[in-house]
Amino acid sequence: MSDPAIAAQELCKTYAGSTGPVEAVAGVDLTVEAGEFLGLLGPNGAGKSTTIGMLTTLVVPTAGRAQVCGVDVVRQPVEVKRRIGMASQTNTLDRQLTVFENLEFRARYFGMGAGAARRRATELIELLELGDRKDAKVHELSGGQTKRVVIARALAHRPDVLFLDEPTAGIDPQTRHNLWDTLRTLHTEGQTILLTTHDMAEAETLCGRVAIIDHGSILACDEVERLKTGTGAESIVTVTYDGDPAPACATARDLPHVSRVEATEERVRVFTAEADGILGQLATAGAEHGLAIRDASTMRPSLETVFLTMTGREYRE
Amino acid sequence: MTATQLQRTSTQPTTMSTLLTFRIMLVREVRVIRREFVSFVLRTIMQPFFFVFVFAYVLPSMAAGEGGAMFVGAGDGPSYSTVLVPGLLASSMLFGGFMAVSMPLIMELSDNNEIEDRVLAPLPVWAVGLEKIVAGALQGLLAAVVVFPALYLVHAEGAAPAIDVANWPLLIVVLLSVSLLASALGLLLGTVIDARKISTIFGVIVVPVTMLGCVYYPWSALETIPWLQVLVLFNPMVYASEGLRATLTSGVGHMDTWAYLLFLVAGTGALTWLAVRSFTRRVRR
Repeated sequence: MSDPAIAAQELCKTYAGSTGPVEAVAGVDLTVEAGEFLGLLGPNGAGKSTTIGMLTTLVVPTAGRAQVCGVDVVRQPVEVKRRIGMASQTNTLDRQLTVFENLEFRARYFGMGAGAARRRATELIELLELGDRKDAKVHELSGGQTKRVVIARALAHRPDVLFLDEPTAGIDPQTRHNLWDTLRTLHTEGQTILLTTHDMAEAETLCGRVAIIDHGSILACDEVERLKTGTGAESIVTVTYDGDPAPACATARDLPHVSRVEATEERVRVFTAEADGILGQLATAGAEHGLAIRDASTMRPSLETVFLTMTGREYRE
Repeated sequence: MTATQLQRTSTQPTTMSTLLTFRIMLVREVRVIRREFVSFVLRTIMQPFFFVFVFAYVLPSMAAGEGGAMFVGAGDGPSYSTVLVPGLLASSMLFGGFMAVSMPLIMELSDNNEIEDRVLAPLPVWAVGLEKIVAGALQGLLAAVVVFPALYLVHAEGAAPAIDVANWPLLIVVLLSVSLLASALGLLLGTVIDARKISTIFGVIVVPVTMLGCVYYPWSALETIPWLQVLVLFNPMVYASEGLRATLTSGVGHMDTWAYLLFLVAGTGALTWLAVRSFTRRVRR
């Protein structure tokens, strides 16, 4: 069996801060198989960028181990660099070169001949629709264009694993949706991708699996649907009657999968792991006691409710 | 076996591929230098050109006329232009190589962390630092090529600099080590200087290093001020000026060969090591 694209065991990074050591990553365990699209989802300062930094050899771990395609990131950083493409959060483009040259030179650094590198750069310019900006200087690019060039450059040498650190942060919705399409296409073609984001929609739309990270550790890692059902996040069924809902509440409490029932003057709110059929039974129970339904709704758990349940609601940064 | 695996097993040994990437990075530098050549020439030539223009042409020409003696003492020694050529060549090379590495590096290490573009290339981080030193040294040598004709040609009538190269190999060693010294210094300071304090720091460094760098006078002439003659030995510019003075204009008194050569070669080696180490630590957090 081939090595996983990414494997990390107990990966840690502690920085020497001005007010004592700061534990940025506190023991991350992570496995990403080849061909996967994994989202690393976490609030600001959760340790996403530091984790990605260690996996791309830019940050030296203080403890633990990590391998990319079976190659150790600390012992063989050059071999790891051959296998990865990295699109950072900031504009790390070579400001002394044009857009085209940024792509061309990246391809050449990885051993492509001059002609092959120019052809590759042309391909990437087309892929990310940068045709009209190809001779632009880096400082002339808009935020969205910069993000696209940074991603194009990460793809220049056809890496086995693509790392994207908040690729769509701060760009307009059109550009974001176009980028999503491009990333989906890449993934369909077999590209392994690890993406960090704090955008739920992005993680939910793109990623096969999502790892929720906070305070330097991974809190959960699973398929989005299973995260929604498997971590205590529940559906909420709310029914408003035209009278006292006490009889309906009593019925609800006896139903299977119901964990909690809250009642107000006219409204009953049922927290359940299995929402199907609840609404019907609440309607029947109400009718038996002469109660008519005025309003009803079912709120399915979303990645956002899972994320907030796990990471809390206090402000970050 | 898949196509990617085939490709991988056939990749060159690591040393070869490191050298290839190193070479492509130099190709990049050459492209950037070529693009900015005019501004490089103007920036490099201004200070030395106007210096020789005033001190080797204007003032000696005045000396030929009335009241000129207040500028230039009469004597049978070498013309002042002979003293200036190695000194100004050394300062052009030192600042040329220094600036070529430090200025872009300070920007690359600032908030956007642009250095990542080079660091993610498939070669060890120390090799990226070394590449910067080599590229800076090339620009130091280029500065010498650009400045030398001006220094050689601009002078008052009858006061041409007496250029006399007795030992070409030694001159080449001196030129190479001065340019490497300059760029190693650029890499070292480039990794420690904060981008926000850059103008203050350069402002504070440039004037004393030049004025007390035996650029405008030979070190041996400082024997009348012994404390200063010792103090300036902490200034790397002194060894660059004296090395070129000894190899280019042997008619002027200069420091012993062993002294400047020891500093230039050993100092360059030590600084390169220190600078590359500092760069590696700064980049791999």
